[in-house]
Amino acid sequence: MTWKAPSSPHIHSGITVTKVMMRVLYALIPAWLLYVLIMGPGIVITTAIAVFTALAAEAIMLLIRRRPLKPALTDGSAIVTAVLLAMTIPSTAPWWITCVGVVFAIVIVKQLYGGLGYNPFNPAMAGYVMLLISFPREMTQWVAPHGLLIEGYGLTDIVSSIFNETMNDGRALDAITMATPLDLMKTQLGLEQNVSTIMASNNVYGFFAGYGWEWINVAILGGGLWLLRKRIISWHIPVAMIGTIFLFSSICYLIDSDQFASPWFHIFSGGTILGAFFIATDPVTAATSQKGKLIYGAGIGLLTCIIRYWGGYPDGVAFAVLLMNIVAPTIDYYTQPRVYGHKQ
Amino acid sequence: MLDRLWKFNGGVHPPQNKSQSLTEAIVPAPLPERLILPLHQHIGAPAETLVKVGDTVLKGQCIAKASGYVSAAIHAPTSGKIVNITELPVPHPSGLSAPCLVLESDGEEKWTELQPHEDDYQETDPSHLRNLIREAGIVGLGGAGFPTFIKLNPGPNNVIDTLILNGIECEPYITCDDMLMRNRPEEIIAGAKILRHALQAHECVIAIEDNKPGAIETLTEAANGHDIKVVPIPTIYPAGSEKQLIQVITGKEVPSNGLPVHVGVVLQNVGTTVAVHRAINLGEPLISRIVTITGNGVNQGRNIETLIGTPIHDLIRYCGGQHEEIEQLIMGGPMMGYLLYSDAVPVIKTTNCIIAGAAGELNPRRETLPCIRCGSCAQACPIQLLPQQLYWYSRAKEFDKAQEYNLFDCIECGCCDYVCPSQIPLVQYYRYAKGEIWTREREKKKADIARQRHEFRQQRQEREKAERAQRHKRKKAALKDDAGNAPKNAPQQDQKKQAILDAIERVEKKKTAKAAPDEPKSAANENAAEPKDTNIKDQSNP
Repeated sequence: MTWKAPSSPHIHSGITVTKVMMRVLYALIPAWLLYVLIMGPGIVITTAIAVFTALAAEAIMLLIRRRPLKPALTDGSAIVTAVLLAMTIPSTAPWWITCVGVVFAIVIVKQLYGGLGYNPFNPAMAGYVMLLISFPREMTQWVAPHGLLIEGYGLTDIVSSIFNETMNDGRALDAITMATPLDLMKTQLGLEQNVSTIMASNNVYGFFAGYGWEWINVAILGGGLWLLRKRIISWHIPVAMIGTIFLFSSICYLIDSDQFASPWFHIFSGGTILGAFFIATDPVTAATSQKGKLIYGAGIGLLTCIIRYWGGYPDGVAFAVLLMNIVAPTIDYYTQPRVYGHKQ
Repeated sequence: MLDRLWKFNGGVHPPQNKSQSLTEAIVPAPLPERLILPLHQHIGAPAETLVKVGDTVLKGQCIAKASGYVSAAIHAPTSGKIVNITELPVPHPSGLSAPCLVLESDGEEKWTELQPHEDDYQETDPSHLRNLIREAGIVGLGGAGFPTFIKLNPGPNNVIDTLILNGIECEPYITCDDMLMRNRPEEIIAGAKILRHALQAHECVIAIEDNKPGAIETLTEAANGHDIKVVPIPTIYPAGSEKQLIQVITGKEVPSNGLPVHVGVVLQNVGTTVAVHRAINLGEPLISRIVTITGNGVNQGRNIETLIGTPIHDLIRYCGGQHEEIEQLIMGGPMMGYLLYSDAVPVIKTTNCIIAGAAGELNPRRETLPCIRCGSCAQACPIQLLPQQLYWYSRAKEFDKAQEYNLFDCIECGCCDYVCPSQIPLVQYYRYAKGEIWTREREKKKADIARQRHEFRQQRQEREKAERAQRHKRKKAALKDDAGNAPKNAPQQDQKKQAILDAIERVEKKKTAKAAPDEPKSAANENAAEPKDTNIKDQSNP
């Protein structure tokens, strides 16, 4: 009796790329549902468009590149990119905004570099930044959270604004949009207001950050902690990134609390939590050594603060991630662990 | 020391699968009709056969002697007749055949006269003990098979602080050491004392993973009053690997390219320890060992006291295994063991476990995806290598780079491979790269020698040419001279004499020119050219 023989090890942990990606998606579900409740059903349509476009773009590129379709389409990575991008663009943005962003992310940023594992930049963030720079108007029209509007809107308004770029009754989308908490903070600070007045006099702000947004961010944090528990991500990047933002904004806050918002505000506003747990931890584009991850996360945190305080955009997470993507390989090179039995 | 334990980087927790083979006590295997004894069951040179076909041998009789320093003798596991000496399939990852002795048992189990060591071992010189252990053909039974007596000779410059007896058995499925520790603790203690004396070790520790409470209890009891400490170690793979265990117990790291003795430690497997006890106190050579037969392909997993040379199909059958149900057959554990191509191969000295894997149990079908740089491999690596860098360089055949990233420090434990979400067969890539590098080094050495020889030849030819030209000139001059002198008064005899003398001188010169300058040099080079794979080292199977 004879058998054939592959080499050891003969067992596997069972953790596959597909499982990793699926768990990332599961971790986003609570935040996504809360998003629907608070910000309206637009995200459902946007997510559907994004996922469909991502899979189609991936498939077409694979066909052109003559690569097998099934492994790449079922690994879940394109879906994760699509969902993350959908959560970062305004939920009522025109359908083509979503499409252009996703196509750019999948085709240019991911597939042209060789597909999963070979892209130097985070596809979702590159797509987001491209949209933000190219279509600033569409990308800053955020529907106000439920409970903040006197005039209401319905599902048909949302559908209409996504596909016709006006609401169902012909009103412009402006009627139901509002500045985001970070955006308002920036413009008002520019008008020489102080932080406490801004936060007290605008209903955009909730208990510690943006009204509504703060709870979505708490839900994202919950999902992120679950990923940590499941060992899908390690603590290094989120802790370093949020820790740096906390430290930096605390120092600024202690120096001048009129000019700088509280650390809690910065942590639970904009893309901090999503970035720390779901974006910066993207293994493909992050540093990989443990020391390297700490440096990488801290770098993103620092750049985020600098951009928020002194840059031209209200939030800086996406830019910070892309900037740190560039240096990730260098960080890895200089933070190699000491090998067993070798001197440092 | 030993007030605390240390940690090594990474490691994994694969499902243990040990309970299947722990339900029964150790049972002796039925005597096989035919035993196959490969001459090469250990690290080092194959043994040299001392018998010929047709010889009758007694149980325990030496039938093949160690050839050279790193080698081990082989003894007849039972009495009977040598019926064949030929190439047969042996347990080896390559699946190749190798020279074997085939012994047909006569069923009488007649022992040769055993000579137990009469004196108190404590009064015996360590070198004598080493010799006895060498003669008993004992090699590391944990899986690596390195001749034990060599490890007991730390050299004059190394003092042994700690003798560690390895009862970790961190690989899934394997339970032979566990059963041994539970059932024969006093034999382990007896062996430990001999080893400790042979090494003049300051302290002796028995390390057991804390998933074996039974073994810890019995050994702690047996060790009482013998100044031997039983230390439970947290369960994590590969805690039983030599380098990792030394780190856990002493906090020291074996230097890269170094040996445990360089940090004052010697490791011995508990099975080897029992073999040493038997060799010294009972005079028995190593002719049997305990083998775990397990896996879903057999009805009853168990530990069997097996004669070396017993064909594996005998053992599988003894455990109720059916060929049709067995999809894969592994020798060793699932993390580092290798697949057998055939069940006709015998149990050898290093066979600790046979896993008869039923369908779907082992080697799940892999769909390899691209590396996503997640770094799980680096987190799992007990050596703190960067497995993904090694993978890239091995794959791209950039072997210099792979070596720069310390490829040869890899112990092939399989942790990186086990956790890789892209299911890349990483260890296979590393083995490939190591093999390629060895081949290239050998070829390079060969080429260097060839080049040197060529250069010497050219030099010699040029020198000879120059000499010839000179001789020619001289001869011409002499002839001219002769022509001038001849008419005068030159006796013909003198001329002839001179010609003979010249000829002798020429031959003499030629000889010295040929022999003196390059012969010794090329000989020296020949010696230097002996392939020395200094990188191949004893790596105990965890």
